[in-house]
Amino acid sequence: MGETAGVNELAITVIGHDRPGIVADVAEVLGGLGANLTDSTMTRLRGHFAWTLVCNGPEADAVSQALEPLTADGRLLATVRAVTPEEDEADAGEPHLVSVHGADRLGIVAAVTREVAAAGGNITDLTTRLAGLLYVLVAEVSLPAGAAAGLSERLAAAAKELDVEITLRRAESDLL
Amino acid sequence: MTLGDWTPDTLGTGRVLPVVSAPEPVLSRVGAEVDPADPDVVRLAADLIATMRVSPGCVGLAAPQVGVSAQVFCVDVTGHPKAGTVHGVFALCNAKIVEASRWRPGREGCMSVPDLTGDVKRAGRVVVEAALPGTGEPVRLVTDAFEARALQHEIDHCAGLLFLDRVVGPHAIYQRKVYL
Ligand SMILES: [Zn+2]
Repeated sequence: MGETAGVNELAITVIGHDRPGIVADVAEVLGGLGANLTDSTMTRLRGHFAWTLVCNGPEADAVSQALEPLTADGRLLATVRAVTPEEDEADAGEPHLVSVHGADRLGIVAAVTREVAAAGGNITDLTTRLAGLLYVLVAEVSLPAGAAAGLSERLAAAAKELDVEITLRRAESDLL
Repeated sequence: MTLGDWTPDTLGTGRVLPVVSAPEPVLSRVGAEVDPADPDVVRLAADLIATMRVSPGCVGLAAPQVGVSAQVFCVDVTGHPKAGTVHGVFALCNAKIVEASRWRPGREGCMSVPDLTGDVKRAGRVVVEAALPGTGEPVRLVTDAFEARALQHEIDHCAGLLFLDRVVGPHAIYQRKVYL
């Protein structure tokens, strides 16, 4: 990737009906325009295809136009917009994982993430899944030094109120 | 067949070498088997240990990480909180894993992939056969826990593999923000 100065950065989302070949089709369109696909994450959300990506290169309008054939039947939605490159700021936080599971009910995500925010934590990765009656949330959270113990208590209280299980643990990684 | 009273002093003083980062091609090449008695190999082993020692938090270093495509690495997990069995500082040549069991996931970082970490399954117990640099004496190392993980990571380097080649899933790599 190297220097980002002077490069046109685009944020793109592609969401909709899943079928084999979507990723290849979208990537080919981007490649054909000389767009350099940088960070992206794709998953299926309740069966819907969902891809969020950032790429460098052409003008947003050109990408939108080039993606039109893929979205023409209305089953796939693509959005393209130019964004200002973000400084990858040095994050001094300590990485933690929050796991939540329990019976699905309204407000679990809001209640849990509000506590994280109140503790000065920043969510850097998040997945939620509803599987039958079971609701699951797993978040990667960057916490200020010393904030874990307090947050742990607050989450325990929230767990009681929501009647779900919540664990907070350090996301340890070992340098080898 | 064990490390016995082998010490890294027998290798002489090593030089601190620059550590290369992916996508440097040497990291993805299968390292050559070496003659453990070759003076160049002995010097390489000493250099790896010297480089590991000056690198904060580093518990192992393999030859490809200093730009040499060879099956030589060093390990030292002394004092690590996740260590069980600890053999101290040692360097091995042509190491092979002959037994592996108790597989479990753990999050790994690597000096040669400075910006990412990833979840990788490793055996919690391994038996490794190798040759000692210098004497060329064969060794059979039985170890567990963190030392076992470190050995697997370094043996992978010697085979041209990074933790990225073994990551458990597409959402199991992470931007690394905390530098040791
Ligand atoms: Zn490594």
